[in-house]
Amino acid sequence: MTITLNHYLLLAGMLFCIGLYGALAKQNAISILMGIELMLNACVINLVAFNRFMAPNHLVGHAFGLFVIALAAAEVAVGLALVLTVYRDLLSVNIQDFDWLKW
Amino acid sequence: MSVSAIVFWIIAAVILGSAISVVTAHNLVHAAFFMVLTFFGVSGLYVLLEADFLAVVQILIYVGAVAVLIVFGVMLTQRKEMAQTNAFSRHKWVAAFLVILLQILFGYAVTHTPWLVVDEAAPDTTVGLLGEMMLTELVIPFEAVGILLLVAVVGAIILTKGARRIL
Repeated sequence: MTITLNHYLLLAGMLFCIGLYGALAKQNAISILMGIELMLNACVINLVAFNRFMAPNHLVGHAFGLFVIALAAAEVAVGLALVLTVYRDLLSVNIQDFDWLKW
Repeated sequence: MSVSAIVFWIIAAVILGSAISVVTAHNLVHAAFFMVLTFFGVSGLYVLLEADFLAVVQILIYVGAVAVLIVFGVMLTQRKEMAQTNAFSRHKWVAAFLVILLQILFGYAVTHTPWLVVDEAAPDTTVGLLGEMMLTELVIPFEAVGILLLVAVVGAIILTKGARRIL
């Protein structure tokens, strides 16, 4: 049995769904950031798999994978800075306590 | 079954198992370490897809930078005991329902789309081709990502230090 494009796409889909579940169902803001990282990883797997199976000699999927990795690094830096700033004022990382914009 | 197929199934099991552990582990530090294992698995998948440069970049950035940053975030924010730091919120069941629905949709979409798969060999090494592409065809997105990283660095510094103390 050979591994086709569908196997990679389904694996990436499952990883995306696990990451989405982590981002939706967690209380801790840092767990939510970890879920988002898993989702971005799943997206890059998709990009690279499409590149390998549909246009192996034109590496545009790899290039966009690199851009997504750079975006993920920027996102986690800003996200953790936000979490640390909020923690300093509220002494909590539970997102149920983050209610400054609610009334 | 060929060798690459066996390797694929092993890597798939590692990725899915450790990703589920990231979500279900009770201790947030354990979840971060399981996330490192997931990143290694994804890097193995890139090797299998003949994306050598991306596999190295994945280890360098995700394992070397993102995971360390997240462990530091845990260290700087948790005060009480670590045993129950990765708890679920009250939306747990709604989220599980939505995610399973999305997974069924993904499965249907992937298996019912006729993909235009071509049977060509991949280039031996991708580094040279990628470098050439970044400086010719994709130079605008490349510069845009550079500016984005600069903005993210400045934003992170201002957020943690406070704008009044810097300006």
